[in-house]
Amino acid sequence: MSPDTTNVITQLIYLVSTALFILSLMWMNHPKTARRAIVAGVVAMLLAVGGTLISPEIVTYKWIAAAIVIGFIVGVPLSWVPLTAVPQRTALSHAFGGLAAGLVGVAEYYLWFHELSETGANKFTAFGTGALVAEVLLGFLTFTGSLMAAGKLQEWIPTRPITYRGQNLLNFALLAIALGAGVWLVNYPTHWLLFPIIVILSLAFGVLLIIPIGGADMPTVIALLNSYAGLSAVAMGFVLDNKLLIAAGALDGSSGLILSIVMCRAMNRSFTNVLFGAFGQVQAKSHAVETRTAKSATAEEAAQIMEVARTVVIIPGYGMAVAQAQHRVRELYDRLTKRGIEVKFAIHPVAGRMPGHMNVLLAEAEIPYDQLIEMDDINPEMGEADVALVLGANDVVNPAARHDTSSPIYGMPIIDADKAKTVMVIKRSMNPGFAGIENELFFGDNTLMLFGDAKAMLGELVKQLGENNG
Amino acid sequence: MKSDFITLLFVLMLATFIGLEVIRNVSRLLHTPLMSLTNAISAIAVVGSILLAGKQETTFSTILGTVALAASMTNIVSGFLITDRMLKMFKKREPNKS
Repeated sequence: MSPDTTNVITQLIYLVSTALFILSLMWMNHPKTARRAIVAGVVAMLLAVGGTLISPEIVTYKWIAAAIVIGFIVGVPLSWVPLTAVPQRTALSHAFGGLAAGLVGVAEYYLWFHELSETGANKFTAFGTGALVAEVLLGFLTFTGSLMAAGKLQEWIPTRPITYRGQNLLNFALLAIALGAGVWLVNYPTHWLLFPIIVILSLAFGVLLIIPIGGADMPTVIALLNSYAGLSAVAMGFVLDNKLLIAAGALDGSSGLILSIVMCRAMNRSFTNVLFGAFGQVQAKSHAVETRTAKSATAEEAAQIMEVARTVVIIPGYGMAVAQAQHRVRELYDRLTKRGIEVKFAIHPVAGRMPGHMNVLLAEAEIPYDQLIEMDDINPEMGEADVALVLGANDVVNPAARHDTSSPIYGMPIIDADKAKTVMVIKRSMNPGFAGIENELFFGDNTLMLFGDAKAMLGELVKQLGENNG
Repeated sequence: MKSDFITLLFVLMLATFIGLEVIRNVSRLLHTPLMSLTNAISAIAVVGSILLAGKQETTFSTILGTVALAASMTNIVSGFLITDRMLKMFKKREPNKS
């Protein structure tokens, strides 16, 4: 086959592959078709790889084979992580994606440079160089930014925001210098010294961008980094003149964008506020609620109230993930449903550390997905609920968000746990939650605090409900 | 088949609109698996690294290409496997219970 024919075949394969990627994402709209989405995605990827491997430009397969083997050796164990560690894994994976894009960008720049000095063939069009700069910038900032995010999620790095004076100014200055160097390079592509400067600035910018962001904002940040990883693939597509890369990268970029918008809305905050607002700093403790006392109850008392309930709404949060309590939740669910009590789960969009985090954990514990109700759908029913059981959630159930204009979370949509007839909160101590904000829900007249480790307390409840079964 | 940059921009624009529409319909239940799936899909950058590693033009570009390929491959393998693992867990209530 002539190289031209092969090229046409490759392009046709890419066309099919693009269609399959779109179908794959379409099938993610419902759990029923979602497994099909994986098949489509895998086939699309195999086609893309296969279509590339037949390319006549390839002279040796040994490095390709070696790298693929490494990919399997690292990738397979990475897919075995416990589901509570999925946010870290996702962030790490964004880091790999960013790294790959960045490295390809660097290699292409020097290849183009080499070609220009050897043969005089100039690939440095303004568009091409601009795309190259974008690829490297996005790739490397996604790389270090995602590593920082993964480190925070794994708690290797303090999850509280790290701030200092002039932080935003420094970040903007770094970005501006990097962009300026990029513009310069587009005009004078042979000023090769600019290139490593852009690389270093992007790496530094990624780190500095993420350190002031607190753990509770991770859902938005992960989604945003997802978007950047996609956009760096788009830029690579421009560099390599490859439409498949552009299309798949754009699908990814828009996915990350939508998820981050959903997350921002769920917190009633803007992108700029998430990125530059350093939310979750220790707030100045100006609230006058310290004098109030919360009512605490034992597991036995709580179980007695639950026994006579008709509906129980469980509101999980990051604390459930930390305590790995999802399987105990399942036991409680079983005990209650066996008694004819209706159990529903109210899922706040930003509960946990990544979009959809709670759903996956509860699905792992084999809770049927039709019992997992979104915030907007459950809120009108909260007044009917006999018991609202808050499990490791804090800010997402804080009524201050509705009325206290001075509260940092004012305006954030919350799950109206306080409207239930009885509210039970399983919590280790009265310490405020991540954002350092006192939660007035804990002091409510209809609130009972169940102090203890989430897993142990749930176990206790399950035991009580079992014994009284008679 | 060299395409001009206008064609490429058109591809970007159309794919972005399709992406926005399609993702908007994804169930919130599945946002975590969606993310790991798009992780795997964004590893489409594998295409660029395969060419770099296979063309063997300079030692530098071959090394970078190989590292990039290993990174992308890791994302593809772990991304698809973990998405599959998560999706298997999403079950409806058994009919006898409801």
